Amino acid sequence: MKKLHYSELWCSSPRYWGGLAALAFVILIGLGAAFYMEHNGHMVTGMSNQIVWGLPHVFAIFLIIAASGALNVASIGSVFGGPLYKPLGRFSGLLAIALLAGGLVVLLLDLGRPDRLIIAMTHYNFKSIFAWNIILYTGFFTIVGLYLWAMMDRKGIQYYKVMGFAAFFWRLALTTGTGSIFGFLVAREAYDAAVLAPMFIIMSFSYGLAFFIITLMSAYWWASRELGDLRLVKLKNLLGVFVGAVFYFTLVYHLTNLYITQHHGIENFILLDGGVYTAAFWIGQILIGTIVPLFMLYSPAFEKNRFAIAIASVFVLVGGFFQLYVIIIGGQAYPMTLFPGKEVVASSFLDGVVASYTPSIPEFLLGLGGIAVAMTLVAVGSRMLKVLPESLEDPEDECV
Amino acid sequence: MSKQSDQPDMKRREFINKTVLAAGVATVAPGVLLAIAKAGGPGTGASSDVRWGMLVDTNKCADDCTACVDACNKENGIDLMNRPDGQSEAMWNAQRPQWIRKVKLKDRQTGEITNLPMMCQHCEFPPCVDVCPTGASFKRADGIVMVDRHICIGCRYCMMACPYKARSFIHSNVEHQTERAPRGKGCVESCNLCVHRIDYGGTTTACQDACEKDGHQAILFGDLKDPDSALSKALKQKSSRQIRADLELNTGVRYTNV
Repeated sequence: MKKLHYSELWCSSPRYWGGLAALAFVILIGLGAAFYMEHNGHMVTGMSNQIVWGLPHVFAIFLIIAASGALNVASIGSVFGGPLYKPLGRFSGLLAIALLAGGLVVLLLDLGRPDRLIIAMTHYNFKSIFAWNIILYTGFFTIVGLYLWAMMDRKGIQYYKVMGFAAFFWRLALTTGTGSIFGFLVAREAYDAAVLAPMFIIMSFSYGLAFFIITLMSAYWWASRELGDLRLVKLKNLLGVFVGAVFYFTLVYHLTNLYITQHHGIENFILLDGGVYTAAFWIGQILIGTIVPLFMLYSPAFEKNRFAIAIASVFVLVGGFFQLYVIIIGGQAYPMTLFPGKEVVASSFLDGVVASYTPSIPEFLLGLGGIAVAMTLVAVGSRMLKVLPESLEDPEDECV
Repeated sequence: MSKQSDQPDMKRREFINKTVLAAGVATVAPGVLLAIAKAGGPGTGASSDVRWGMLVDTNKCADDCTACVDACNKENGIDLMNRPDGQSEAMWNAQRPQWIRKVKLKDRQTGEITNLPMMCQHCEFPPCVDVCPTGASFKRADGIVMVDRHICIGCRYCMMACPYKARSFIHSNVEHQTERAPRGKGCVESCNLCVHRIDYGGTTTACQDACEKDGHQAILFGDLKDPDSALSKALKQKSSRQIRADLELNTGVRYTNV
């Protein structure tokens, strides 16, 4: 095997700066949208006292769980000793940090009082899984930062294994925490399920890897560097396994609910007559996010076809976004049962009826801004740090 | 492939240091401007010798009567909030604060009609308090569950957790408010059993007074821990229930004939 050289991403200036400028523009628009929502209050959004978490939460949670999943490639290299994955570890760490930062920016700017960030960091209620998440997020930055250092600095090499394990366990805790934000909500029928925590972990594997494949391919295209088939095919096969696993967890979640009479209402809502949520589930999550990518990843017709790999990864992300939309918004839209056996005839507060929610443009722009923040951090990070191998040519002694 | 000539002017370490420093300043700066007031009423504060609660007799709750809702809105300055220009009535209804609401129910099997007011149930084990990351959602020693609006960050997790949909988020600018019920855009609020009355020696809530004035007497407020209070006696005599008793939250608000 040839000796590996890492170097900063270098692209001809117009291509690099042009790309950065485009990302900065999206961030600026996102910040403008956040300011608009903050200035006028959440009245300008589609959110209400019925749908309290809207589109920004879908974006934020999507990015946060993708962040922990993006670290998987590094973990496979250091924790599970996969030699082919090891050269990708640095970039995996950088991407994880960037995605988490992007998600947190969205989460923060959607708060009613984002100016009180310092309170969130100084006042802790340790019974709150949300408070634990704040600690988990901060810890993730620190641990993955140190992990990156251990991978990149000669002085840090002795801590490489330890940091690899620490980062791996921390990312599992982080996604468990994120899943539990919903899993611990006993009152709502769509959420009261312990399976949500492991389901979020497997979702993070899938979205994180899809993000990784797309950004890796883009970076190597951007820098005109060589990216061999061997690693891409391994990554793509792994993605297929993860997509299948997410489908399995979805199946278990719904089968469990279908068995419990009390949950028939919510199942009927999501699977059959929930309108936009039913469509988001069947077309978004199942068709676009599961069936089509599985076909593209495993069909012999697309073997080693890079375009197919890229499209399949994008589809996994789009499907994942719909999946979170169904979980987060659909789960809130379905009315809570306050009075079993009774029908709500009249209520000024929309008891017993499906809550309506139309996402507003500022919410969407804020979410896009979060993705742009993540991508900017990746672009600047790989320009400043030696995270990407100069070449990822296939080793001569191995074949696909 | 590495082109040394393309190195940026600023040294890498310097760049990273400055970026981290700037992020730190941006995080802490707004907090420095915040003055965190100390919460606490006049006099001695809440005592755990009492637990404030309520009994609603749904048989006495009249159809189409909104006296309790109107009184609550007036007492807590909710009526001072107006629908923003250009907002639809439906959206305003979904976004405006509602501390207490009337609900009309029909039994699916028997067709029996029930009217009742829904508000914060002041649980002994409130899910909103469990989930609040900063501790802004809290339960007083006397059982009243409320929000410390000095440390509420507006994350709305309490609203996700509340099984009764009792909480409201303030979606727009607040122009007029009362001294006894301060209100701020971007924070969450809910029924606090007219805490401003209790802390000044009051023994009734606005909704109870209004219901009594209209001659219904469906709402009875009092001390659950005092065996001689009218509330405790009524609870002993009548069979009452908690809404969503399955969650075992031991609510302070109880209902009869539901």
